[in-house]
Amino acid sequence: MDIPVVRNILEANEKMADQLRELFSRHAVLVLNLISSPGAGKTSLLERTLADLKNEFSMAVVEGDCQTDNDARRVAATGAKAVQVNTDGGCHLNSSMIQAAIQNFDLAATDILFVENVGNLVCPVEFDCGEDFKIALLSVPEGDDKPEKYPVLFEKSSAMVLNKSDLLPYVDFDVDRAKKFATHLNKDMPIFLTSCRTGEGLEGWYDWLRAAVRAKKSR
Amino acid sequence: MHEMAIASSLIEIIQEELAKHGATKLVSARVCHGKLTNIVPDALQFAFEVQTQETPLATATLEMMEIPVTVACGGCGKEFTPETPDLFYMPCPHCGREFAHEVLTGKELYLDHLEAE
Repeated sequence: MDIPVVRNILEANEKMADQLRELFSRHAVLVLNLISSPGAGKTSLLERTLADLKNEFSMAVVEGDCQTDNDARRVAATGAKAVQVNTDGGCHLNSSMIQAAIQNFDLAATDILFVENVGNLVCPVEFDCGEDFKIALLSVPEGDDKPEKYPVLFEKSSAMVLNKSDLLPYVDFDVDRAKKFATHLNKDMPIFLTSCRTGEGLEGWYDWLRAAVRAKKSR
Repeated sequence: MHEMAIASSLIEIIQEELAKHGATKLVSARVCHGKLTNIVPDALQFAFEVQTQETPLATATLEMMEIPVTVACGGCGKEFTPETPDLFYMPCPHCGREFAHEVLTGKELYLDHLEAE
C-alpha cells in the first residue's frame, strides 16, 4: 500500500513553539533564544544584563546544559528567576522543555525571558523554542570565519553579539570580516561588539533590548 | 547529532500514519530534505536504524531524497539553480549578483511517502 504523506518532521516541536509564542505574546514577554558555541560567554552576557537592567525589567532565564546547574546558580545570583534544564547529552533545547520550565515563572510579571541554549552552533538552530528572536553570540578567540562556517545560525538570527572584545589585541580576529559575512546573510542585523569583563559595548545591546521590549509591549 | 531527535519525531509520525491507514508493516519511508538544512542524511538513517531496532519498523528502509536549491536573485529577481549551493556565493547567471538571494527551495524537511502492508 502506498501512503502519500507530506508532513513536516518537526511539526510537533513547531506546533508547541507556536502555542508558546502565543502565550508569551498574551503576557507581552519578549523571548530571546541565545545560541553560541560552549564558552562564548552566553552566561556572562546574561549575568551582566540581569544585573545592569534589574531596575528596568523583570527578567527570567531558562538555562540549557547537558549537565550541572552551574549556570542557573550563576544567573540566579543576580536576583533573576532561573530554571536549569539538563538535556543529559542532548545537543539542543526544544519547545516542550521550555513549556515545562516556564511553569516556574509568573509570565504576567516578566518582561524578558532569556533562553540560554546548549552550546552548539548547529542543532539548536533547527528547534524553535517559541522565541521572538534568535541571538547569535560569537567570541573573538573562536575565529572570524564562524559566520562562513555556520551560516544557517547567522542567517536566522536577529542580532549578533561579538563578545570578549578585550581579547582583540591578542588574537587574529578580523572584526570587519565577521561583520561582512554576517551581514551578507542578514543585511539589517545589528552587531554588538562587547566585553562582559570590561563592560565595553554593552550599552548598545541594552538599547536594542529596551527597544525590543517596547515593541513587544506595544503590539 | 540532532538527527536523533529528528528520527524520533519521524518515527512518531510514521506510527500515526500507519495506524490511520490500518497498516501494520512498514516497507519503506521517504524523507525529503533540502540541501541547505543542517541535516546529515547518513546520521538520520543511522538514528532511524538505532531507534527502530527490535520494533515492527526494524526492517523498513529509509530513503533520503535531496531537494536542490533554487533562489530568486536579490538583484534582478530572476530564478535560478546555483551550481554550488553556498549561502555566501551563488552568482546569478543573469546579472552576476553573488549573494543575498531569496531561497525558494532547499530548506525543507518532511516525510512525503510511505510504502506499507
